[in-house]
Amino acid sequence: MAILTKEEAKKIVDKVLAYSKADEMSVSLSGNRTGNIRYARNSVSTSGESDNLSLSVTAVYGKRSGTATINEFDDASLEKTVRRAEEIARLAPENPEYMPMLGQQNYPDSKTYAESTAKIDPEFRASAAFDSIDPCRKKNLTAAGYMEDTTGFTSIGNSKGNFGYNRATGVDFSITVRTDDGLGSGYANPDANDVSKINFKATTEVAMGKALASAKARALEPGKYTVILEPTASVELLQNMMRSMDARNADEGRSFLSKKGGGTRLGEKLFDERVTIISDPMNEELPLSPFGGGGGGGRFGGGGGDGLPQEKRTWIENGVVKNMYYSRYWADKKGVQPIPAPGGFILQGGTQSLADLIKSTEKGILVTRFWYIRAVDPQTQLYTGLTRDGTFYIENGQIKFPVKNFRFNESPVIMLNNLEAMGKPVRAGGNLIPPMKIRDFTFTSLSDAV
Amino acid sequence: MGLGTAGIILPNLPAFSRTVSPEQLLEPGLDVAVKKRLADAALNAAKSKGATYTDVRIGRYLNQFVITREDKVQNIVNTESYGVGVRVIADGCWGFAAVVDAKNEADTAKAAETAVAIAKANAKLMKEPVQLASQKGYGEVSWKAPIQRNAFEVPIKEKVDLLLGVNDAALKNGANYVNSVLFMVNEQKYFASTDGTYADQDIHRIWPIFTVTAIDPKTGKFETRNALSAPMGMGYEYLQRNPVDKVTGITTRYNKGYDMLEDVTAAAKQARAKHAAKSVEAGKYDLVLDPSHLWLTIHESVGHPLELDRVLGYEANFAGTSFATLDKWKSKDFNYGSKQVNLIADKTQVGSLGAVGYDDEGVQTQKWDLVRDGTLVNYQAIRDQAHIIDEDHSQGCCYADSWSSVQFQRMANVSLEAGKTPLSVANMIKDVKKGIYIIGDGSFSIDQQRYNFQFGGQLFYEIKDGQIAGMLKDVAYQSNTQEFWNSCVQVCDASDYRLGGSFFDGKGQPPQSSAVSHGSSTTRFNGVNVINTARKI
Repeated sequence: MAILTKEEAKKIVDKVLAYSKADEMSVSLSGNRTGNIRYARNSVSTSGESDNLSLSVTAVYGKRSGTATINEFDDASLEKTVRRAEEIARLAPENPEYMPMLGQQNYPDSKTYAESTAKIDPEFRASAAFDSIDPCRKKNLTAAGYMEDTTGFTSIGNSKGNFGYNRATGVDFSITVRTDDGLGSGYANPDANDVSKINFKATTEVAMGKALASAKARALEPGKYTVILEPTASVELLQNMMRSMDARNADEGRSFLSKKGGGTRLGEKLFDERVTIISDPMNEELPLSPFGGGGGGGRFGGGGGDGLPQEKRTWIENGVVKNMYYSRYWADKKGVQPIPAPGGFILQGGTQSLADLIKSTEKGILVTRFWYIRAVDPQTQLYTGLTRDGTFYIENGQIKFPVKNFRFNESPVIMLNNLEAMGKPVRAGGNLIPPMKIRDFTFTSLSDAV
Repeated sequence: MGLGTAGIILPNLPAFSRTVSPEQLLEPGLDVAVKKRLADAALNAAKSKGATYTDVRIGRYLNQFVITREDKVQNIVNTESYGVGVRVIADGCWGFAAVVDAKNEADTAKAAETAVAIAKANAKLMKEPVQLASQKGYGEVSWKAPIQRNAFEVPIKEKVDLLLGVNDAALKNGANYVNSVLFMVNEQKYFASTDGTYADQDIHRIWPIFTVTAIDPKTGKFETRNALSAPMGMGYEYLQRNPVDKVTGITTRYNKGYDMLEDVTAAAKQARAKHAAKSVEAGKYDLVLDPSHLWLTIHESVGHPLELDRVLGYEANFAGTSFATLDKWKSKDFNYGSKQVNLIADKTQVGSLGAVGYDDEGVQTQKWDLVRDGTLVNYQAIRDQAHIIDEDHSQGCCYADSWSSVQFQRMANVSLEAGKTPLSVANMIKDVKKGIYIIGDGSFSIDQQRYNFQFGGQLFYEIKDGQIAGMLKDVAYQSNTQEFWNSCVQVCDASDYRLGGSFFDGKGQPPQSSAVSHGSSTTRFNGVNVINTARKI
């Protein structure tokens, strides 16, 4: 019984808090049921399913805190866990940055749960894998893919009277299709809360199309090119930049948002004026938990942010930095409101399709995916990585031929200044990202990899 | 996919980990006789349901992290994860099931029955039945990492005092900020299989790390320097200051004993000095690479492409495939590198992260050649792959990161053999006209078939006409695996040989983490393309 209802969760949370002898106590109770299927060489390699339900208790004396966790829920085990957390807290060193727990917060009901996903069983997964492998077998292509579905809940509560509960589902599907001669490779990677939004066969066909079209790639000289980045390509670079918007690091002088001479670049225009980035837990396409977030807990909640409510926020507006994350400690020190990191973000784009962006390009390169992206210089947000699984040369509004993969060295900050056009945002890697046309994107070398 | 970003972050813990008190980490695990009973129950249950092969892993995984910044302890985390994983072959197909906190024979027997049911279900979608290399049973055996001081027995206070002392030294020597962490791991693993092996193993790992940051308020720039420590398969004795483990030179580097206080003192000064360092001029340079740097290049450009599962396409959707295809190996003359290049896989190396007595499918660990005199001669394979490379036995590099994860092929320690001719670092540098000496690992990226890579570092020194001419910054080199290893002209002798490595090599879906070491002596590569990474935003 890994998925508890709000009432069942509250009963356990209240019971645990009643055992507390500490100055403050917080409880996080979470459970999930997750299943997966993996295949390669057109054959299923592994599949599995697991349930987990666990409770974490944090006891606080003054500025000393201790945490203990348990996955047994009888009264004796719960009480023992409370005592253990208290014992660890008493022996812990003081944390001068400890902030008292939050009182009652207001969390609206989220849209993160879809019954269709919660109902997924091994048969559904096998059938999804079949829908992906079968068309590849028929065309002499080789499929390697992975599908993982999760249904879970997180409930938080504390001795100051706060309580929150969120239930969520999620599906991640990735598929790589390669031609039998090893010369072509294509990829697709949709994610959704609601599995009915993913068509496994159609997604595989997108990867098949890219595999066939990318075979026999020609080499172009590395250098600066106009590129069209599909959302699957740009998402990780943008996500890395968004994760670096912590105010404390900026105030301390070790962020791209640090200001020369001290302070942050909050309020400065750092990007093209068409760049607006927001987060909104109630967005229909990208629903998020009303609390938690940061650290990848977007859908489910998790323990991040001390239980601060997630609200609709504007991070960058018309190219200007509007908000940064403030931990409760740093906000208190700076005399501002704390702001938790969001669980996902939305880069607002335009109305054009990817095909429209290609049509309006005289000369350029279509990048469908980037791979092995790593930071080179955090000060300038410079990252390196490579194109993968389908890169194409565009001339006079048409895809002319596939090109060999490139290594890039580029900063998303520079990229968002060299913006030519944006299309309609789509969901990619837990965010909403438009396809983008960028000028002067820096490719530094060629790769023989397919 | 590759190496995780091993910054100052709390890594992913083994599945189903619970937070415990430091004292609980010292409690003994189950008695070996009890483990044998639990294992036998699973072996028998699987057999009675039709399994033709079964292995059982009973694992207790302990982790401790002490995390600090400046004068504060940010967190002390102690975790324990215990459970049992059962893997079977039934109807020619693999099946796996695991049970958390298995207490009795009924629990492990039930997991075994589930594994058989899964194998039989998956067999319907299978193309070729599993071919498992035969393996002799070793009976009841045990292996224990040869540690001198169990890190879990060292009082928390001693660890906190060490780290706060390190932070204090950093701040006193020019750093504005410092983060430091001690990671400690103990895997208590019991393996049993229908081949007749019952192996009880005790594995220890330790990794002290820090990052110092120096800010120049005039320019608004910041520079960092990370620790030159290595994660080791050792106990707390790694933190003993021992002059014989120090390699002196332009900065001190460390072998099997790490002086964290000395290193952080140097780091703070060097982070400050980086502000005034010359920005590199892009172009071709001869590179002199210290083992604290070269381990990562070996990991990415040799360790990964020679994993047989990648070569065969099993990782195509995530980590990728490999340029080192079977036809290249079969040709027996694929030129991986120059004649100086000898690359060895070794799961027995004392003090390394990958050292164990037996792998996670009951194969005694061994040492074998991957590249000999520059030619590709072998891969890393496990029992169900051995036949593909015409071997009749596994090389013993099967690993699972938890009792709850299914074991698969993971990288052995892969190292560059030391040069046979006596050669010191000073003598190597003496002959370099235009070069860069790189110490410590930095940014890293490589393509999905392991051709094109780019690496940064921690410290860069310009070499001009055989002399060190000063510090450089904004350095990264780009090359192609085969071209790079063919540009290798000299390897220092065994007196300079040291290990580097990582706790966080990621692979598989769902991803699993593995710890692996890579050894080398300082090595010279000629005419490598260096780029300048400075940008303005």
